[in-house]
Amino acid sequence: MFLTLTTTGTPERPATDLGYLLHKHPDKAQAFSTSYGTAHVLYPEADAERCTAALLLEVDAVALVRRGKGKGRGGAPDAALAQYVNDRPYAASSLLAVALSSVFSSAMKGVCNARPELPGQARPLRVEVPALPARGGPDLVRKLFEPLGWTVSAEPVPLDTEFPEWGDSRYVRLVLESGALTLAEALRHLYVLLPVLDDAKHYWVAPDEVDKLLRAGEGWLPGHPEQKLITSRYLSRRWSLTRAATERLELVRLAEADDSEVEEIDNAVEAETETEEKPTPLAVQRREAIVTALRRSGAARVLDLGCGQGQLVQTLLKDPAFTEIVGVDVSMRALTIASRRLKLDRMGERQASRVRLFQGSLAYTDARLKGYDAAVLSEVIEHLDLPRLPALEYAVFGSARPRTVLVTTPNVEYNVRWESLPAGHVRHGDHRFEWTRAEFRAWAEAVAERHGYGVEFVPVGPDDPEVGPPTQMALFTMTSPKEAKAA
Amino acid sequence: MTDVQKGRVLPVTDLSLVVLVGASGSGKSTFARRHFKPTEIISSDFCRGLVSDDENDQSATKDAFDVLHYIAGKRLAAGRRTVVDATSVQSEARRQLIDLARTYDVLPIAIVLDVPEDVCAERNAARTDRADMPRRVIQRHTRELRRSLRHLEREGFRKVHVLRGVAEVEQATVVTEKRFNDLTHLTGPFDIIGDIHGCAAELETLLGKLGYVDGVHPEGRTAVFVGDLVDRGPDSPGVLRRVMSMVKSGNALCVPGNHENKYGRHLRGRKVQHTHGLAETIEQMAGESEEFVAEVREFLDGLVSHYVLDGGRLVVCHAGLPEKYHGRTSGRVRSHALYGDTTGETDEFGLPVRYPWAEEYRGRAAVVYGHTPVPEATWLNNTICLDTGAVFGGKLTALRWPERELVDVPAERVWYEPLKPLRTEAPGGQDGRPLDLADVQGRRVVETRYQGRISIREENAAAALEVMSRFAVDPRLLPYLPPTMAPTATSHLDGYLEHPAEAFAQYAADGVARVVCEEKHMGSRAVALVCRDAEAARKRFGDGGTSRSSAAESGGGPTGSLYTRTGRPFLDDDSLTEAILDRLRTTIGEAGLWDELETDWLLLDAELMPWSLKASGLLRSQYAAVGAASGAVLPGALAALRGAADRGVDVSALLARTGERAADAAAFTDAYRRYCWTTDGLDGVRLAPFQILAVQGRSLAGLPHDEQLALVDRLVEHDGSGLLQTTRRLYVDTADPESVRAGVDWWLEMTGRGGEGMVVKPVGAIVRDGQGRLVQPGIKCRGREYLRIIYGPEYTRPENLARLRSRFLNHKRSLAIREYALGLEALDRLAEGEPLWRVHEAVFGVLALESEPVDPRL
Repeated sequence: MFLTLTTTGTPERPATDLGYLLHKHPDKAQAFSTSYGTAHVLYPEADAERCTAALLLEVDAVALVRRGKGKGRGGAPDAALAQYVNDRPYAASSLLAVALSSVFSSAMKGVCNARPELPGQARPLRVEVPALPARGGPDLVRKLFEPLGWTVSAEPVPLDTEFPEWGDSRYVRLVLESGALTLAEALRHLYVLLPVLDDAKHYWVAPDEVDKLLRAGEGWLPGHPEQKLITSRYLSRRWSLTRAATERLELVRLAEADDSEVEEIDNAVEAETETEEKPTPLAVQRREAIVTALRRSGAARVLDLGCGQGQLVQTLLKDPAFTEIVGVDVSMRALTIASRRLKLDRMGERQASRVRLFQGSLAYTDARLKGYDAAVLSEVIEHLDLPRLPALEYAVFGSARPRTVLVTTPNVEYNVRWESLPAGHVRHGDHRFEWTRAEFRAWAEAVAERHGYGVEFVPVGPDDPEVGPPTQMALFTMTSPKEAKAA
Repeated sequence: MTDVQKGRVLPVTDLSLVVLVGASGSGKSTFARRHFKPTEIISSDFCRGLVSDDENDQSATKDAFDVLHYIAGKRLAAGRRTVVDATSVQSEARRQLIDLARTYDVLPIAIVLDVPEDVCAERNAARTDRADMPRRVIQRHTRELRRSLRHLEREGFRKVHVLRGVAEVEQATVVTEKRFNDLTHLTGPFDIIGDIHGCAAELETLLGKLGYVDGVHPEGRTAVFVGDLVDRGPDSPGVLRRVMSMVKSGNALCVPGNHENKYGRHLRGRKVQHTHGLAETIEQMAGESEEFVAEVREFLDGLVSHYVLDGGRLVVCHAGLPEKYHGRTSGRVRSHALYGDTTGETDEFGLPVRYPWAEEYRGRAAVVYGHTPVPEATWLNNTICLDTGAVFGGKLTALRWPERELVDVPAERVWYEPLKPLRTEAPGGQDGRPLDLADVQGRRVVETRYQGRISIREENAAAALEVMSRFAVDPRLLPYLPPTMAPTATSHLDGYLEHPAEAFAQYAADGVARVVCEEKHMGSRAVALVCRDAEAARKRFGDGGTSRSSAAESGGGPTGSLYTRTGRPFLDDDSLTEAILDRLRTTIGEAGLWDELETDWLLLDAELMPWSLKASGLLRSQYAAVGAASGAVLPGALAALRGAADRGVDVSALLARTGERAADAAAFTDAYRRYCWTTDGLDGVRLAPFQILAVQGRSLAGLPHDEQLALVDRLVEHDGSGLLQTTRRLYVDTADPESVRAGVDWWLEMTGRGGEGMVVKPVGAIVRDGQGRLVQPGIKCRGREYLRIIYGPEYTRPENLARLRSRFLNHKRSLAIREYALGLEALDRLAEGEPLWRVHEAVFGVLALESEPVDPRL
């Protein structure tokens, strides 16, 4: 990984002052050992008019991967995530930021004992980062650097010129230019913003990041329009660390076994959002509609099948009419988060006795699900491939057979009303299908007929005269206690 | 019975709950120690000590009895006799114990120690810990005991032994009796015969066909009748006469059916309805002698509801029996054995709806039963119903045990019109029942033929459950998952991490002389289930992929499946999948394999190319990204270094190193690019099959690889579509240095041209070493350039290779063997037509094991 810092000068203020500022002599190549490899500083050009310092970090990828080895079979948890094939030896990630701060530490602090007047002076600067991983693309790069007084050029790097159909990579070739900033400011911007732009999901982060952020961000971060994003991304890397250390890696291994990206399989829980979670009004309306329907049905013992992160369970807990609430999900990760959200381990015994969470799957019948008053499948069926819907149907309506079943699913007709949704797209990457009102009705009525239930339909959200409501809900009520003849 | 001199002999059943009844100081603990194993005895004093540190702390009594009941329950559930040493003089205390015995379906037996109060008091006084027990306590105990004596049998004790006085207590001996239903010592061989219902002629024909001559088999076989000898049919007395004489002479065993039970009650003078064919029996018996009728009554009274035979491997009863009732003795077990379990509902004919117990059966013993007429006797979860409706014009069926052969004779006519048509399928249907979570969840052990018991840990099952539920194809179309494969031992040759020399050496050490090297294709693993048509797919694999109800209507539906190594559909586009299956189907037909292999379906193990077809996400996010980043950075870095060098700064070493890095990065980019080409529909897609895993009724996993490849070659030859690609191979004799060298050269040449490498397999397919252990079914030797994709662009640098060579293969090898054994098991279960859950159990096991922590680069 590599970046260059260039300044221009005049006979009065020669460009080679850069050597003083960086505390590195322009005529020498110096090497510094860091925990990830060796950092080299050298000057490809250095005269009064123009002086460029290059920072080249030789990353030892093998050492990086093997760092976590030896803690139990298969190494430490993050060893499974670590790949020998990764961009760290090349891309300007957080490792480069760490190298910047250690190699140019006095410059970053704005200290220059030999020429104390220099650090305070703004001078023409040009920073070139040839491969900057930028989640958010060139737009975000500009949004982050322009408010700080930089002129920004961010050119996307194509993934592979032999396969133009693959499009651009996540890297940009970044060039920053400014005449109004001091070198210390420039370095501090880079120190914070390089890791913020980086995807940075698997990287080790020191525990005192908050302090470091406050120090490096002094004077520019508080007023930055993207302050919130910068802070949350910078610190979210700590969350990545937690995840690698505590969560189960079995799914990661299954993804690897199948040459898939982990995100393709471990996607039951939405990736952490940039900002505080704001429940969408539709999700709230959906829960209200469900609770209303459950109350009306007189249900006391309720299954939330596909409970996800437990939002509905949390809502149901607030109403003592629901004496037993069981959240079931197939994703262990979702259940862990649900349990955290509900604070199950700190809940009073009486409340805790009302709620249970366990792993289950509607692809199988499950004796534990029998005998409940009601089951809710909220935004669940669309996450199944259509051919596997009959198994879910049998598990719920044939085997578990609660008196009441509530099923909600998106109404695809309404998608044209979502301004942010491109035409023809589903609302969520994992939706295997989205149904029109007629399709949903046809399915629900056939299910009801096959299993001895009656069904009615309830719109959720604004019922558009033309395209219907955003969410459709079917309310099944058992009419015949024994299962109708399945063909 | 009483002989004071010699002492009383008390029979105690081997599986029972023995309750000692006697006042404090009556000598219960001494009696128990003398006659029972220490582990059989639970005393309330001991339990008091457990919960309170004081065996005499009366305030701990409630908790102590909770513990006592808990321990006793665990023992009884496990089928172990249990002796409760507590006073048990109060009826309430005994009632709880009788309930416990009933819960676990064992006999409650009371042994009363009726010892004079003075003796008890004297004994207690001699014990320091009981010295201050008030006399009135013992008085109360004695009083309560006396009051209880008359009621014990009515309370529910099935045996009551009362020992009066110190001498009788001391001289008594206990003998252990077997349960009536325990005939585990009889090993047959047996001929188990289904419901006869008075079809005497058919019975004689069947006995003749089975080889019996006048009720005796010359080879000493034993007939076992599953009951329902009588009612409905033309000659119930004749059937009874034959069966009773065979039982009497020791040539047959018989369990009662519900019809015998009802007829027996009639004979005992109870009022029963003369329905369901009883009237016929009564009428036919009217012509028989009083003696015969009396004999019949005695015979029916003496019938035992079920038998456990052949070392516990076989259970025979009339209506089927869940495992927890095998060998148990209670009214509930008897009624279950006679009538089966019902759901409490009645069907449209007014008959009780039977609970599908066999679908849930997981027991090791085979359960052979009758009761529910079915057109064909078929095994379901190690149970089989032999009632093939002889009296309704079906047939009379027998099962030879242990041969498991079915023998039947057709009914001579319809003797009795059935109330409803015979069920068209065995209970649970052709597929068994829907998969249940209990089949896969939690820590499990799967029995395999090739590697014994294989454990699956809970966390691995949890991950597999998520992937199986959210991403996999319908389990009915997922009868197999391929095992992982271990790489060759690490090479120490300069510049190599893997080299075939080690693979040949390993097989030579395992005693495998002949191996085949198969080219490793540059794609992704794909398993293809190809059926002759949608109808064949539906018939054999169920209507997977379409709704239970709508499948039959459409006539379409999937004709197989094409899935990845974790069971996900290989292609998102179903029509593309069907197009590939269609080409395979045509090719199989052209090659004549449908007929030759006598099958309507074929399960193929293959590699699907290009890799970019499936792994495009990974390619873009990881491989191409690394290529892009290195390509963006290194030229600039090199230019900067040259600039510095031009200025006279000494950067020569760094410049050289960075130059090598750039070359490694370029080699890496070349390496992954070989796996990528653009496809359009099926254009550009290639499939290289290398094994036919299974066909109808047969697993081909054991077919030697040369024969396998010959079959596969015929497919490739007959492929007119250009889809199929051959697998190049070379046979190597591991003991012949010349041959080994040729193998190495072949690999060098292939990988030198950018090939991925090869897999070395024993030609004999399933092979064991000298110690009888399975040898690795294959060892992969990956090419030097290909490994850049695994170990990074710069892995060939000497300092990197030196470190990478410390890799640990044992876990991977063990995993490969375990997954292989599970895969073979799945294929065998599939071939033998076992129910879906049995096949799925093994397939799920492979997926679960794939999530075990093992170095992902191996």
